[in-house]
Amino acid sequence: MSMRLLRLFGGREPTAPVARERLQILLAHERGLLGQSDLLVTLREEILAVVSKHIQLDPDKVIVKLDRGKTVSTLEVDIEVPNNFDKSKAAAEKRMAG
Amino acid sequence: MAKVLVVTSGKGGVGKTTSTAALGAALAQGGQSVCVVDFDVGLRNLDLVMGAERRVVFDLINVVQGVAKLPQALIRDKRLENLWLLPASQTRDKDALTDDGVGRVIGELRSRFDWILCDSPAGIERGATLAMRYVDEAVIVTNPEVSSVRDSDRIIGMLDSKTVRAERGERVEKHVLITRYDPTRAARGEMLNIDDILEILATPLLGIIPESQDVLKASNVGTPVTLNNAHSAPARAYVDASRRLMGEQVAMVVPAERKGFMDRLLGRRAA
Repeated sequence: MSMRLLRLFGGREPTAPVARERLQILLAHERGLLGQSDLLVTLREEILAVVSKHIQLDPDKVIVKLDRGKTVSTLEVDIEVPNNFDKSKAAAEKRMAG
Repeated sequence: MAKVLVVTSGKGGVGKTTSTAALGAALAQGGQSVCVVDFDVGLRNLDLVMGAERRVVFDLINVVQGVAKLPQALIRDKRLENLWLLPASQTRDKDALTDDGVGRVIGELRSRFDWILCDSPAGIERGATLAMRYVDEAVIVTNPEVSSVRDSDRIIGMLDSKTVRAERGERVEKHVLITRYDPTRAARGEMLNIDDILEILATPLLGIIPESQDVLKASNVGTPVTLNNAHSAPARAYVDASRRLMGEQVAMVVPAERKGFMDRLLGRRAA
């Protein structure tokens, strides 16, 4: 009861605006992810296909990420290549020449 | 022409079953022939909220699998002769539902009723996707609370992509029904207000059901709240929502339990 009285007379922090702001940020992000998922899958497959012409890749080591910023967004492509990739490249070129 | 509508939410416990029963009864009270269908296979409750739990013989799964004919599974409401229930199975699980089977049953229901209200299970799995699969309209039940709004947003995305209508390039007409709303707390900034929720979900409002003890009282006795106490605030709100579903223009107010609430709310919302 005393808590109620205190809250009645004391200043009350409205929490709804915080809820609203958190939701707006979160949903903007989640909607983006859902809409983008196909695009990222396509990009990843095509990048993998192009690079694989020259370097033998582990398909699991190709990571494509999209970070949405307020003014600029970044597309991050992270491809891990094996240490002997230039040898496999040379082999591939030889194959193409032959 | 028959309309198929899903009552859905993503999140559990927000009032899907209560709303299905109340809207179904309100539509039937308005002269429409209505069938409410429980899609919560394994965890059925619409029968209990409608007070028909002891009259279930056959269920949706039996009809989907051809074990029973649709008329054998339909249960007529004891209070309203144009209100019917198609219960879910309590012993099977949701995998017993097939896309084709559900499509066939919905097609058959369309030829018998004006309205088919599908009570979706919570979640985004098979039961929920099949409940929305063949619908024309959707009521997204949302509590003024962050997790419920987030899940509603997710469900809206699914309605726009996973329904037969969406796949044909047609629209599913969507409505948000806000339940357990407390105008006093919203006015104090302690609860998301209506405008915030609608702006975030970008979906039109079907109605605002105030938080009320009458909802629990009605489910305790197995009667839709619109039939149990027609003068109660939630009953009036559900009746208004059902009239909007039928295309009527009804002013959007939050029916209040006591006088003074509404005046305060309107005063603040006008500002």
